[in-house]
Amino acid sequence: MTEVTYTIGGSAGQGVESSGAGLSQAHARAGYHVFAAQDYESRIRGGHNFYQLRASDKLVRAHTRHHSVLIALDDVSVPQHLGEMQPGGAVIYDAGRDDVDAGAIEDSGARPVAAPLVEIATTVGSDRVMANTVALSVASALTNFDFEAIAQVIRENFARKGEAAVEENLAVARAGYEWGAERVDGFAYRLPAPPPRNGAGPAMLIHGNQSVALGAIAAGCKAASGYPMTPWSSILEELIDARHLGIVVQQTEDEIAAISFALGASWGGVRALTGSSGGGFALMVEHLSLAGMNEVPLVIVEVQRGGPGTGLATRSEQPDLHFALSAGHGEFPMIVTALKDAVDGYYRTARCFNLAEQFQCPVILLSDLFVSNSLVSVPTNELDLDTVVGEIDRGKTLTHAEIEELAESYGRYAFSEDGISPRAIPGHAKALVHGMSDEHDEFGAITEDQDNRIAMMQKRMQKLEGASALMEPPTEYGPAEAPLSMVGWGGTWGALTEVVDRAEGRVNLIHYTDLQPFPAGGGDPLERAKKLVAVEQNYTGQLARYLRGQTGIEIENKILKYDGRQMSPDWVLEQLEEIA
Amino acid sequence: MTTATPAPTTVTLDDYKPLFSEENTWCAGCGDFGILAALQQALVQLEIAPHRVMVVSGIGCGSKLPDYIHCNGWQTLHGRSLPAAQGFRLVQHDMTVLAVTGDGDGLGEGGNHWLHAMRRNVNFTHLVENNQTYGLTKGQASPTSGAGYISSTTPDGNVEFAINPISIALAAGATFVARGFSGNVKPLRNLIAQAIEHPGYAIIDILQPCVTWNRVEYTYKWFKERVYDLADEHDPADKTEAFRRSLEWGDRIPTGVFYREERNTMDSQTTAIQMEPNRPVALRDLPVSKDQFEALKAKLT
Repeated sequence: MTEVTYTIGGSAGQGVESSGAGLSQAHARAGYHVFAAQDYESRIRGGHNFYQLRASDKLVRAHTRHHSVLIALDDVSVPQHLGEMQPGGAVIYDAGRDDVDAGAIEDSGARPVAAPLVEIATTVGSDRVMANTVALSVASALTNFDFEAIAQVIRENFARKGEAAVEENLAVARAGYEWGAERVDGFAYRLPAPPPRNGAGPAMLIHGNQSVALGAIAAGCKAASGYPMTPWSSILEELIDARHLGIVVQQTEDEIAAISFALGASWGGVRALTGSSGGGFALMVEHLSLAGMNEVPLVIVEVQRGGPGTGLATRSEQPDLHFALSAGHGEFPMIVTALKDAVDGYYRTARCFNLAEQFQCPVILLSDLFVSNSLVSVPTNELDLDTVVGEIDRGKTLTHAEIEELAESYGRYAFSEDGISPRAIPGHAKALVHGMSDEHDEFGAITEDQDNRIAMMQKRMQKLEGASALMEPPTEYGPAEAPLSMVGWGGTWGALTEVVDRAEGRVNLIHYTDLQPFPAGGGDPLERAKKLVAVEQNYTGQLARYLRGQTGIEIENKILKYDGRQMSPDWVLEQLEEIA
Repeated sequence: MTTATPAPTTVTLDDYKPLFSEENTWCAGCGDFGILAALQQALVQLEIAPHRVMVVSGIGCGSKLPDYIHCNGWQTLHGRSLPAAQGFRLVQHDMTVLAVTGDGDGLGEGGNHWLHAMRRNVNFTHLVENNQTYGLTKGQASPTSGAGYISSTTPDGNVEFAINPISIALAAGATFVARGFSGNVKPLRNLIAQAIEHPGYAIIDILQPCVTWNRVEYTYKWFKERVYDLADEHDPADKTEAFRRSLEWGDRIPTGVFYREERNTMDSQTTAIQMEPNRPVALRDLPVSKDQFEALKAKLT
């Protein structure tokens, strides 16, 4: 075995997330590749949540349905997950519980581990709240995970509570680890030594929303605004935490104000970002059109969740592709791109700021709930600041020093060969910045003149041609000669690439990220494929429908998932059996 | 990158003459003319050069104002000028920012933004061109239309209670609350000048006759017979009295400054601004400090 999957199940408020995050952090610190996913309900207390951590000596990019170790903190965990255990996997639960049927666990092929979690927590320690720590330690002993890595995380997490708290938690953890170490005989899921770092530096544990925020910061975003909504909120919070880097961040009264505020900041000359999820994004749509009309650069992050209506607030889907592609009244240029994973999210976000300023238009970055809160271990040097800074391109933005050199009178919407007009940062005497959202002339003044209207429409729409040349064609992954090609987009990248790796030549992947304007040659891989199957996290196969419009190619086979749970590689492999 | 060029030593009304638009589409006698004149005069009085001013408007007759004044301007969407003005102001915090809205635009469609702009106290001036009707769309009832107002959408007479911009502004925490009348340009000019100089959000509810749709009430004559100047009989530091005065409507209508207080503005409470108070965020270099960026990443290890 090269990997171990831990799953912690419990009700909201039982510390599932904090336990999982601590265990993930310890494994990443120790040098393992980590992928950690959360499954939680839209409630503060109760229900059943679980947290899954895959640790491996190889890169892991997705979750799995198979658990090597299940830590059952509530009475739902065992019945819900027992059927998903790997053969001989351990089910850890408190020995004092009478609701767990050890015989049933054995019958299923798993190994019941009735551990004195509460007993150790209350005898070695002084509070049953430490039972989670005992459970994590028992699990770590079973999987051969180094105790010192657990101890280090405990020291850091409890440091602010004082030395006594650190020592107490360490003692409890040690007792749990020793108890577990006596019971490892025959347990199959043992971690190998962590892979060498090869100078990569320490690993961050980062989720998609953090990487988007870091990408924005690196790209020089100086203003952001938003309204809390799951799963978008943590982007706003990450940017607020970075306010001391010189970013104006405003929580607004609603999403309409959020995009208006960000557009106002962009009108002022800074790089600005806003975002939301599903319904919140829907509220912003009128302003996308305004940004198109007044040629205001803006990056809008849409972290999708299950819809419609309030839908599935804490669950993942890709239901908004079609909406994003056509969001906004009237006709105007807008760029739509989708991130693949956390690392891609960092660089793609930064690139969105370049595109927005190069083409002076709104740029929508699509993410999804699963990517937004799944943690992945990434060496710190993989998110490189210098690379992003070196690529900053503000297009025809005019600084005050550049305005000073202007020879002619300035009109914000001056006609040009590529449809892009110099964009003055306001405040300088030689370039008044004037623009009306009514149709306007080169100086931004209202006019309903027919010839001007035609010229202005052509000027704005022409920008799409320039943008099209910069759009990336889909990524092709896996053996070119495979008899079947999956067609996916955005945040399913991790699961679908693992499918390709495990399918042993039977399938490859054509994965779209840049969607609008449609990349030049974007349909070529579809032409080359032997057989196509669209794999999407929505009901109608929105990418397939879009591709038919762009390329004329009809993808008849579809694997569609709309239960709000992210597709796992295991699930996709099962579905492929029915296609192939 | 240089900071802003210094303002010319003298600013004249000619500097604010419109260059962008050849034609003014307001009806002859429209109250908006008085507001435009008062605004231009106030900016000249304060010696603010046109390139240091940004006028953000919504949609409606009065929101065409940026086309009729020579300075920076942006006409946004119906109801949405206030958040845009705030976003602009926080990255260009040494510029003079005005938001120009109508009553339907600013108090109806944008009502939520208005409430929160007042408690947020970003430093900009909000001129409400309050003509008690939807002029541009042909006279439908607005949030400030009087009881019984007959229009295409209220054929039996308006049955909704007119909102009181002054009372609401006082309750919502606005730090400068005034009312002007577009028929009295000189006092309006003085109010606008005070509002611009006020540190924080300043609102002026400007009574403005719509010569096309208001033929009986809310005409020049109707207002002239009723408006009076608060200055002689009211202390603008007295919020309770300001509330009492705000309820006065009918035979006597108060104009002038109802209330004024100094409270922390968003400028002083925005970390990014305070890091470099003498250079607006929009004029700073884009790249962040490498050390600070690495520290952000280190927090995730």
